[in-house]
Amino acid sequence: MTAPHGRGLLHLAAALDQQTAFDAASYVGPAQLAERGGLDFVTLGDTFARPGPDALAVLSRVAPATRRIGLVPTVTTTHTEPFHVQAAVATLDWVSRGRAGWQLDVSTTEGEARLFGRRHAAPADALWREAGEIAEVAARLWDSWEDDAEIRDEATGRFVDRDKLHHVDFRGATFFVKGPSIVPRPPQGHPVRVVDATEGPARRVAARYADVALVRVVGPTQARAVRAELRDAAAKFGRHPDTLRVLASLVVDLGDGERAAEPGHGGGGPRQTAQGPLYRGGPVDLAELIAAWHASEAVDGFHLTPVEPHRDLERLVNGTVALLQHRGLFRTFYPGSTLREHLGLARPANQYAVTGGAS
Amino acid sequence: MTVRKRMHLAAHFPGVNSTTVWTDPRSKSQIDFASFEHLARTAERGLFDFFFLAEGLRLREHKGRIHDLDVVGRPESITVLNALAAVTERLGLAATVNATFNEPYELARRLATLDHLSGGRAAWNVVTSSDAFTGENFRRGGFLDRADRYARAAEFVATARELWDSWTPEGVARPFAHQGQHFDIAGEFGLPRSPQGQPVVIQAGDSDEGREFAAATADVVFTRHGTLDAGREFYADVKGRLATYGRSPEDLKIMPGVTVVLGDTAADARERAAEIRRRQVSPQNALLALEQIWGVDLSSYDPDGPLPDIDPEPEPALARGRVRVADPLAVAEKWRALSRAKGLSIRQTVIEASGRQSFVGTPETVAAELDEFVTTGAADGFILVPHLTPGGLDEFVDRVVPLLQERGAFRTEYTGTTLRSHLGLPEPIWKG
Repeated sequence: MTAPHGRGLLHLAAALDQQTAFDAASYVGPAQLAERGGLDFVTLGDTFARPGPDALAVLSRVAPATRRIGLVPTVTTTHTEPFHVQAAVATLDWVSRGRAGWQLDVSTTEGEARLFGRRHAAPADALWREAGEIAEVAARLWDSWEDDAEIRDEATGRFVDRDKLHHVDFRGATFFVKGPSIVPRPPQGHPVRVVDATEGPARRVAARYADVALVRVVGPTQARAVRAELRDAAAKFGRHPDTLRVLASLVVDLGDGERAAEPGHGGGGPRQTAQGPLYRGGPVDLAELIAAWHASEAVDGFHLTPVEPHRDLERLVNGTVALLQHRGLFRTFYPGSTLREHLGLARPANQYAVTGGAS
Repeated sequence: MTVRKRMHLAAHFPGVNSTTVWTDPRSKSQIDFASFEHLARTAERGLFDFFFLAEGLRLREHKGRIHDLDVVGRPESITVLNALAAVTERLGLAATVNATFNEPYELARRLATLDHLSGGRAAWNVVTSSDAFTGENFRRGGFLDRADRYARAAEFVATARELWDSWTPEGVARPFAHQGQHFDIAGEFGLPRSPQGQPVVIQAGDSDEGREFAAATADVVFTRHGTLDAGREFYADVKGRLATYGRSPEDLKIMPGVTVVLGDTAADARERAAEIRRRQVSPQNALLALEQIWGVDLSSYDPDGPLPDIDPEPEPALARGRVRVADPLAVAEKWRALSRAKGLSIRQTVIEASGRQSFVGTPETVAAELDEFVTTGAADGFILVPHLTPGGLDEFVDRVVPLLQERGAFRTEYTGTTLRSHLGLPEPIWKG
């Protein structure tokens, strides 16, 4: 599928979050449904503040039951060791054969801090600065093995070429990591980093490190402005702005039939609620909205959170997505096998291979 | 008439291990999920109790550089096991996770998640570290003296159990508070009680503190006693400690880590075992083994020549990230004596002196020997450590398991769905 009118391809993602489901089947079925719709990826949120399973574990369980769809768990950075975070994300990429992402988040409450008893709650901006450092050290640790480090050279008895393994010696404001990682470089090089860039402190981290930025916005004008700001900021960090995908995050309630139940709402666009911008209406109207925002280059795609997980995901895939596919606006099969390929993002070069330095 | 004692079996993924042979043409990736899936499916086909993953949190170094002669690099264990839960149905899934570099709330949550997602098949092999070298990868530097390590590990496990039991059996979340020497935490746990009550706890230390820790808290002990006599002595000692804690002998399963080499005849098996040892100890590995004892650079020595005349450094600092040799002078003298007595080269001496295969023989003799260990009180079962990734247990499952079943020494089907049911362990009583 080529991109019409110079626009980028449309990207779609769905959240699998549901209240207090602890068994595998509750997540496997919906992930398979999203894959049948050809979605770029599914997300699963995680927080220590509410009950729920470990999101990265759930998506690891989902990985062998799916073949193509990207798997993006939230992994928080405030209380978990940076070394463990990067190893788990790299491993998700290995078990899914290149389909892992990682949505970064922080834990700001004293309640979460008390579960660990190691540090007190801190303001969001300090925690996001730290999250940025952890995004940085994760990338260095993923690069700490060059792709061809494993040589299995029987003549010299060497399993690895140790000149292609690197100490990272990273010192952040609150932690130090020596490296190298215990996990060889993951299939995607760097698993896809996702940041909800709606709030200020996170937006800076998104501009610098995210491959995908999520923004909670109610209209295309606002979306276009945030996207432009993120792309400018990315360029100032030395990135090409096209290496950043910006997706509008909407909560969707598709319970009201084919067309908008509330005059001036569904077709008219989302409205702000406590859970974020809420779209309420029919799957067809949602397809119109997606097509319109994307056509006007307000966003690169959408991240949709069903209000009623099973009902709304089913309507999203069989209604909204099917219509977008019918109109040639969304892929009908996966041409690639990795999440980076779905997103049109190149596999990053290894920072240590470029400089060629030995550890 | 007493019930026939049946053994328990577990499969250790070979991966990062100095005994893993990577030069064999059948050796495959230690990283690709397909390798883990192959060994796990083999173990489940053989009706094994569980699949076991080791852990390493820092790559080993030698002479200040990354050790490059053995298999290195591994995925993170709990994440792999969650994926394996999708391709297996009954097999227990055991992860080694260091208590020193984790916090109870988070690890208890990850293990409870694995237990829920696998329908009650999770196990945790508790290890501790006093290693500041590994600590350089972590916020908490990690150095603890030996006694503190076990005190912290014991409090860690006790805290995890409080969290696992914190919801009511009806599934209502309740607040917890734990205040101790090492942990002061409070709040609400993230998951209901798990399908098997609590994940199975495995302990792998062999010291006096380790044995006491196992008797007090573990469900399974992973030992290294591969001979009948040493096995019986360890078995009696650890089982004898259980009464102090109000536990009975069957509450703790003792499973030595063992290796098996099969052949069509005894001579064939011996020949295969010798070939595996030669592949495990390459010329470069032989010099390295020597350097770890001598504590000096021996790269100029010929691995096919005699052992060094010089004595070892008393305080070697060459090797980091592995256990130190306790008395290098004594070991060096023993190796020199062995070399002199049998006329062995450096490489031959290392092969002769270092770890040999536990069971070498035909499927019939190996099955009989394994059974003897179990029926004579040297073990409750075995953790099999193959030398090949991922096909290293194919032959055992195809040729030995049926013989064990014929003898009545091993199950012929899974009778339960949880790891506790395979191990014959009762579900822990909910302590509220």
